[in-house]
Amino acid sequence: MDIFIAIVQILDSTIRLSVPLLLACLAGLYSERAGVFDIGLEGKMLVGAFAGASAAAVFHSALIGLGMAILMSIAFAMVHGFASITHRGNQIVSGVAINFIAAGSTIMLGQAWFQQGGRTPALQPGERFEAIIWPGADAVRDVPIIGPIYAELISGHSILVYIAFLMVPFTWWVLYRTRFGLRMRAVGENPAAVDTAGISVAWLRYRALICTGILTGIAGAYLSMVQNGGFVKDMTAGKGYIALAALIFAKWKPVNAMFACLLFGFLDAASIRLQGSPLPLIGKVPAQFMQALPYVLTVILLAGFIGKAIPPRAGGVPYVKER
Amino acid sequence: MAQAAIELIGINKSFGAVRANRDINLEVARGTIHGIVGENGAGKSTLMSILYGFYQADSGEIRVGGKPVSIHTSNDAIALGIGMVHQHFMLVDNFTVLENVILGAENDALLKSSIAKARSELERLEREYGLEVDPDAVIEELPVGLQQRVEILKALYRGAEILILDEPTGVLTPAEADHLFRILKQLKDQGKTIVLITHKLREIMAITDTVSVMRQGTMVATRTTKETTVGELAELMVGRRVLLRVEKGQSEAGAIKLSVKNLTVKDSRGVTMVDNVSFDVRGGEIVGIAGVAGNGQSELLEAISGIRHAVSGEVTLDGKPIDLTGKADPGELRDRGLAHVPEDRHHVGLVLAFEENENSILGYHDDERYLKGPFLDIDAIMADAKDKIEKYDIRPGNPRLKTANFSGGNQQKIVLAREMEQDPGVLIVGQPTRGVDVGAIEFIHKRLIAMRDQGKAVLVVSVELDEIRSLSDRILVMFAGRVVGERGPEATEGELGLLMAGVEHQEAAE
Ligand SMILES: Nc1ncnc2c1ncn2[C@@H]1O[C@H](COP(=O)(O)OP(=O)(O)OP(=O)(O)O)[C@@H](O)[C@H]1O
Ligand SMILES: [Mg+2]
Repeated sequence: MDIFIAIVQILDSTIRLSVPLLLACLAGLYSERAGVFDIGLEGKMLVGAFAGASAAAVFHSALIGLGMAILMSIAFAMVHGFASITHRGNQIVSGVAINFIAAGSTIMLGQAWFQQGGRTPALQPGERFEAIIWPGADAVRDVPIIGPIYAELISGHSILVYIAFLMVPFTWWVLYRTRFGLRMRAVGENPAAVDTAGISVAWLRYRALICTGILTGIAGAYLSMVQNGGFVKDMTAGKGYIALAALIFAKWKPVNAMFACLLFGFLDAASIRLQGSPLPLIGKVPAQFMQALPYVLTVILLAGFIGKAIPPRAGGVPYVKER
Repeated sequence: MAQAAIELIGINKSFGAVRANRDINLEVARGTIHGIVGENGAGKSTLMSILYGFYQADSGEIRVGGKPVSIHTSNDAIALGIGMVHQHFMLVDNFTVLENVILGAENDALLKSSIAKARSELERLEREYGLEVDPDAVIEELPVGLQQRVEILKALYRGAEILILDEPTGVLTPAEADHLFRILKQLKDQGKTIVLITHKLREIMAITDTVSVMRQGTMVATRTTKETTVGELAELMVGRRVLLRVEKGQSEAGAIKLSVKNLTVKDSRGVTMVDNVSFDVRGGEIVGIAGVAGNGQSELLEAISGIRHAVSGEVTLDGKPIDLTGKADPGELRDRGLAHVPEDRHHVGLVLAFEENENSILGYHDDERYLKGPFLDIDAIMADAKDKIEKYDIRPGNPRLKTANFSGGNQQKIVLAREMEQDPGVLIVGQPTRGVDVGAIEFIHKRLIAMRDQGKAVLVVSVELDEIRSLSDRILVMFAGRVVGERGPEATEGELGLLMAGVEHQEAAE
């Protein structure tokens, strides 16, 4: 039974760790499906995390925090849009710039406002999103098998976790069942086709970036207001890049994205769990190896196992019709 | 005649330094088919794209149905009942036909009702016009003829009353083109107005009511089709007399330069596309391969030029074998004197993002002439590019311009100039004049014949029967991957047409 409990615990932390990845990955899916590469997921998440924790601490409200996180993240997404859609700048450069600005400004503002070395004040109950205990969770906890699964895996997460996972079918639905989704997929493949169909390419891409901003905002809020009780500098720690790897891995499809993020979350959870304790046969695995695993896995699997990942054809290319 | 459906008044448009349209006036009467002809780069596509709201005119006025209108986006044009089939299709390749049709013309925020409506509309259009296409097929899996059909369906679905077609027949087989024209006539009988851009003057004579001629950005003439001739139109286009059929002397065939024996080639799906084909090309002769597109000509060319594996067979160049099964290295073949003008210039012949001068040496960039030690000799390359521009009349004549900014016909000339100027012993050319204007066709044909007269072996593949008949010293007809007949240049169109349709072939098989 011990092993079973251990597995449930690892899966539980898999879920927790994959949530920010999943939100960021879906965020990237919106913009990249619309043909705008977004390497600035990392920066937007960081801004969201900072804005969320700050506002929550100042206004004593988790909801206001979440709102600010989303707003600031959208603002940064709009900067990316202004540079790469309106001014047809290089999308990678713009994304990298956003990451730098985010990393620098969050520390600087944090220090100026709160004087805690770039941290925001520790969030009190009510300023964070608390775990939601599902009805009957405590009652069934001791039932074998079903009990721990219900009480640990399904119940006991914050609202943002459920939102993240609900975003998967929702994104699928948007992509394949709505007018906006159809147009978004089209503009990522052939913007000229969208243009000649009488639709504004720029406005469509901006709207996709707003979606990106909302989701990276939630991802940031999750980091600073759920996983952690406040903002710590550089707390995204490369999650934005792993989310991009997951997006490629998932071939830009929402359901695949969920599985990719769960896999990466699992590797993360396993690495934490295994830290220090030797594995049978292999011996002690260095933590760095486990941390590199998502990237290594992406390269290996893309190279041979999951077939070609074809990005949206117009991705990364500004739409220019008169040269 | 009825009132004007469209009036363009004083339209000007420049792209940077290029003045694509200058003071254009054009009036198209309602319920007619109006042809527009003109050289490559004359500004035909630009003018129509302005009418369709894709580009914005710098100045000028547009009237639709007599009323002045402002068309800022394609949406405005669509709302005015204007539809356009672009020269390069505007389709989302990995979408289904249905998705492409409803894109931008959805009923509401959810797709469900749009899809249902489009399905029944497509069925109606199919019945009414014989525009058959599977609504659930994915675009990239459809042949170009059907892709174009989707473009037409898109326009009709949006209720277009005025339909612009920009070089629709460039990619069609003769039978497909006939079908298209039947549809256009039917649309005209229903009172719709059609603007047709084409380089094929025969089509203009066959189907249009009026025809306008453009030259270097200006509108030089408008004629009633019945009262003009192909010769007059060609002269108006180019500004001088044009030989529609180039004269050539008797060929003096010499030694065998290129020999193909029992060549069999399969495509990527494993279907046999070239089936046991044998022929020789001698120095000093032009051998033409006729056939309806898709009967193995493309694969044959690719195999000979080393781009595609052959399953079996033997090809010799100047008596020495080419290693076909190991996928011969095109670079090595080039060194051995085999030049290749590919059919698909966009994907195989050019790097569109490169400057003209770079494309004009592509593949020959290792040649000493273009090198200074380990570096490219930019001055030599520029001089060489300018030379080719002049000789082949490539417009605009700026070697620093990005290749994508040249019109389609001029891009073709860039490839031709590169391959022909290398003075190869054997030249193989796919679709030499696809999308090229009459003046340039004359020029290209003259060049090919001049090469022949210098004793080169020339192999030409074309779906244009006229071209094959006027160029070739010997004509091979391909059908279903086999050479089903060989004829002399005096063969009639009907005779070749039957061969191309595989008629004789089937009789022989029985
Ligand atoms: N998007 C663009 N940006 C810059 N220059 C352009 C653009 N489109 C066309 N041009 C230039 O404008 C001129 C007119 O081009 P256009 O495509 O209208 O010619 P066309 O008459 O349709 O020729 P073709 O028969 O070869 O299709 C050409 O010199 C071309 O290089
Ligand atoms: Mg054109």
